[in-house]
Amino acid sequence: MYHAIVFFPLIGALIAGLFGRYLGARACEYITTALLALTALMAWVVFLEGGPEVRVQVASWFTAGDLTVDWAFRIDTLTRVMLVVVTSVSTLVHLYSIGYMEEDPHRPRFFAYLSLFTFAMLMLVTADNLVQMFFGWEGVGLASYLLIGFWYEKPSANAAAMKAFIVNRVGDFGFSLGIFLVFVLFGSVAFDGIFPKIDSVKEMTFHFLGHDWNALTLACLLLFMGAMGKSAQFLLHTWLPDAMEGPTPVSALIHAATMVTAGVFMVARLSPLFEVAPDALIVVTVIGGITSFFAATIGLVQNDIKRVIAYSTCSQLGYMFVALGVGAYSAGVFHLFTHAFFKALLFLGAGSVIHAMHHEQDMRNMGALRRYIPFTCAMMAIGSLALIGFPFTAGYYSKDAIIEAAYASTRPGHTLAFLCTVVAAFFTSFYSWRLFFMTFEGPARWGVHAAHDHPDAPAAAHSAMAHEADGAPGHTEGAAHDDKGSDIEPAHHSDVVADDHHGHGHDLHPHESPLVMTIPLAVLAFGALFAGLIFKNRFIGEGMDAFWGHALAHGPDNHIMHEIHEVPALVSLSPFIMLVLGFVVAYWMYIRQPKLPGELAAQQPGLYRFLLNKWYFDEIYDAIFVRPAKKFGLFLWKEGDGRIIDGFGPNGIAARVVDVTRGVVRLQTGYLYHYAFVMLIGVAGLISWYLMAGFPKGGH
Amino acid sequence: MLGLGILSGLLIVPLCGAAFILSLNGDEASVARNSRWAALATTIVTFILSLVAWSRYDATSSSFQLVESHAWLAEGIRFKLGVDGFSMPLVLLTTFLMPFCIGASWNSIHFRVKEYFVAFLVLETTMIGVFQALDLVLFYLFFEAGLIPMFLIIGIWGGQRRVYASFKFFLYTLLGSVLMLLAVMAMYWEAGTTDIPTLLQHRFPAEMQWWLWLAFFASFAVKMPMWPVHTWLPDAHVEAPTAGSVILAGILLKMGGYGFIRISLPMLPLASQDFAPLVFALSVVAIIFTSLTAMMQTDIKKLIAYSSVAHMGFVTLGLFTLNEQGIQGALFLMISHGIVSGALFLCVGVVYDRMHTREIAAYGGLVKRMPLYAAAMMVFTMANVGLPGTSGFVGEFLSMMGAFRANPMVAFFSTFGIILSACYALWLYARVIYGKLDKPKLQGILDLDLREKLILAPLVALTIYYGVHPAPVLDVFAPSTEALMTGMKAALANTQTAAAALPVPR
Repeated sequence: MYHAIVFFPLIGALIAGLFGRYLGARACEYITTALLALTALMAWVVFLEGGPEVRVQVASWFTAGDLTVDWAFRIDTLTRVMLVVVTSVSTLVHLYSIGYMEEDPHRPRFFAYLSLFTFAMLMLVTADNLVQMFFGWEGVGLASYLLIGFWYEKPSANAAAMKAFIVNRVGDFGFSLGIFLVFVLFGSVAFDGIFPKIDSVKEMTFHFLGHDWNALTLACLLLFMGAMGKSAQFLLHTWLPDAMEGPTPVSALIHAATMVTAGVFMVARLSPLFEVAPDALIVVTVIGGITSFFAATIGLVQNDIKRVIAYSTCSQLGYMFVALGVGAYSAGVFHLFTHAFFKALLFLGAGSVIHAMHHEQDMRNMGALRRYIPFTCAMMAIGSLALIGFPFTAGYYSKDAIIEAAYASTRPGHTLAFLCTVVAAFFTSFYSWRLFFMTFEGPARWGVHAAHDHPDAPAAAHSAMAHEADGAPGHTEGAAHDDKGSDIEPAHHSDVVADDHHGHGHDLHPHESPLVMTIPLAVLAFGALFAGLIFKNRFIGEGMDAFWGHALAHGPDNHIMHEIHEVPALVSLSPFIMLVLGFVVAYWMYIRQPKLPGELAAQQPGLYRFLLNKWYFDEIYDAIFVRPAKKFGLFLWKEGDGRIIDGFGPNGIAARVVDVTRGVVRLQTGYLYHYAFVMLIGVAGLISWYLMAGFPKGGH
Repeated sequence: MLGLGILSGLLIVPLCGAAFILSLNGDEASVARNSRWAALATTIVTFILSLVAWSRYDATSSSFQLVESHAWLAEGIRFKLGVDGFSMPLVLLTTFLMPFCIGASWNSIHFRVKEYFVAFLVLETTMIGVFQALDLVLFYLFFEAGLIPMFLIIGIWGGQRRVYASFKFFLYTLLGSVLMLLAVMAMYWEAGTTDIPTLLQHRFPAEMQWWLWLAFFASFAVKMPMWPVHTWLPDAHVEAPTAGSVILAGILLKMGGYGFIRISLPMLPLASQDFAPLVFALSVVAIIFTSLTAMMQTDIKKLIAYSSVAHMGFVTLGLFTLNEQGIQGALFLMISHGIVSGALFLCVGVVYDRMHTREIAAYGGLVKRMPLYAAAMMVFTMANVGLPGTSGFVGEFLSMMGAFRANPMVAFFSTFGIILSACYALWLYARVIYGKLDKPKLQGILDLDLREKLILAPLVALTIYYGVHPAPVLDVFAPSTEALMTGMKAALANTQTAAAALPVPR
């Protein structure tokens, strides 16, 4: 059964990928979706059956010396939860894509990628060792790369795909080093070999980069770097918003519900390690807290409907890490679980809006859609309610638990995390309602209704205004420039229009999506409403210990899950207060006083631009990493290899002669001697350098 | 059969094929056609023969097998052949890649076709000879002899600046060889024989090891190529015909690594340990510098050539970690890189044959017209990046893990390679394959034909197969690696106790 769960999607991917051109798109869609549905069914059976931890050996991968790496599954409660999340959302997204991608000529490829992604993600969550986890980890990275760049003719999509892969690689840099260190410490990369030995390793120190670290803290920090990349945490978050270039179902599946939560999964999986590395947990808490806050601030002002949700995802992932950081692993995973439903719902809902609007993504060109697409509107409302944690929806249970845990914790950094998450809760409520009002309420700002009164277009964003004043309100160029805040890079989604198969324009008639798209929405809406209520008891309530078994570790002093019930009432109420506050402010600004946002932005142009340009992270990274690296590479090539090495080496002596005399010169002994002489001097120089500089000795 | 074993057979068959092609007469077209088929047949027969050798090989043993020894120059210098866990996979890699090279040259060589295939077959003999030789003089002979056909292949059938490139190639590698010859002679005087199994048991005095090591290093480092003696490689690759690049990247570069594992490490363990930091430093520099350089290239082949240098940095790094993970990883990376870089050069050849340019800027949006090509290229790009599930991962991962055990600092810097490789490889892919197909010249470009499919499909399959199940290759290395480690440890322990027994002079 476990084999089937993991490998059915791979089979689907292979069928669609290899034979798609013979089978036709329709067959590929049905095959992959059916296989996924079967997988999801089995996953739910496995999940509901529960049971103890199981290890399933599939095959041996490689052995070298005392390192053994297997292909094997480790099925425990944590894995079962992830199986359900991944397969359910994936199935719904497959189904939804049948409708959403209807007019795309490359559907077999799309479904092959989707199934391939699902396979890699399942390998990740079932991994029995760190290397297999890394396989899944990079595998989902590949699938994400392929899917973000799915519309390969768009330069912005290509750039975003590359960015996603490379930024993730930066995280993987840490992940790899972490695996190496774990192997050096434990002599194994399998969880069964690592966890029992923790006590003997706890006190070890490790010398690395000129500093003596607590070995486990270092290992956890390195591994967490991988998690930061995959889960788009502060500093390594820049790829996630750009990843919205991919088709919307992809955003729902990969960049909201599953792949980006891999980092959370990893920390939860390694909770026995993190639990004995409190310093690493402080970093997790702080990074999580900062991310939850800072991503939410950016979400406040974005105008692209998908980007708002993307930043919201980023922020919610921060919440999960806060939970993990303060030791409330089950709350973190619970939020992962509920978040998957309502965030996938929001994305697919946004997809339905975009579909209705003929590939328009700029909320400034929407409005009043409630009357045209009431079902989508209702679904988006449910998703938003769950996201902001409206009482008794899914988000309510998990998010409140996190905020309470952040308050109740005694670990350093928890106060910061608490404040960040509470403020972020207010922002979340605000931007969710802002999104809702701009999209579904107010006057229609599209098609024949198009007018120039965009509620969020401030005087500060000259370029955007200028572009839109050019008389193309239906276009997204303005938004693209606006988003980047500068013209350094090519506009981000300026050519959405070019790929628009509907054509766009002034005779727009928003239409409700077909049934294959609305059914997944309804299913997810059910989850967003009731997943919290149904599963709260098992995940974080009284049934917790029995439910999780040994899947999550808790140190002897870690009683956080009990302490959260003892926080002051004001703390418990704070998320709800924030929620109401956010709603009121958003309502005031976007329904009652629609001129207000523009005026506010004009009053605070610096702050507005700072947020609109995402704290200028892209620009900073470009200036300190990308451009210097390119310059240095060019220098190494032209100066290093060209002038210095070749200049003093072959060119200076022989090759120039060869060039000048156009190849008629014979190799004469004289040149050879010169050459040998130079080489000898070079070698001698290297050796003396090596002797005098005294390289660090190898071995340890 | 004349007392010749199967290993001699592997040397003789390509030579027979070459002789046959030389004897062909008639009008140019039919000679060209016949020599193609004859070369293909010869390489396939050689490959099958090597598979037979493989079936007779006992992968669990670390000793030399299928050994044959014939009188040659002197009593201490014999014509001796044999294979062990280090050389067997490389022999197979060589014989495996040759038919692809012949296939890749099918239509792209237009003049002196006969001589071209003769050169390739002679080259095959010398390459197999390097890996099979169990006598240092013989090893040296094959090592050097291989230069000549390669020199000719680049110099005659190469691109615009072929003469410059071939001379650069020749000068660099010849210089190294001169020093190696001196070292071989010194070894002969010291040990009285050039028999490799005997030399492996011989303990060279510590000081002598230093000089010997350096002399061999000069040769192997150039061949590898290690930074900073790598600049011949990009030029050689750019100018060489496709098949020449495949052999260059696939096999010739591996001779340096093979030299390290066959001679430097086991015969000169003290020097190897002392010089390991130097090798680490050069490897790390190679990984980072050449990756950055690769990023800025405008020529597809040059980019892949620089990426080869970076990957060879992982190989030297792994070899000198002196632990199982590092060494086996490095060896596996040699095999994997042989397949993957060979395949990448074949991919470049596919578009070069159509468009006759290697400029990255001349391409873009190929996926639209060439989906199969794009898919194959994606697999090889990902293997080049070291994505788990492709053969590139296993070798890179193991050699970095070995490096981490030997020296975490070195591993830290070398791991930057995984970020940088993603940068240059994906950038190349994005610029060539993705984007809009708006260049007028590309509008009519055709996807892979049957010949190209036949060439690329096995390589795709192998790249993924070895990524998921590397054991068939990796486990062959294991016994020999273990033996090497034991031998080195014994030698090092020996000198340590000897040094401890002596009063310290300083």
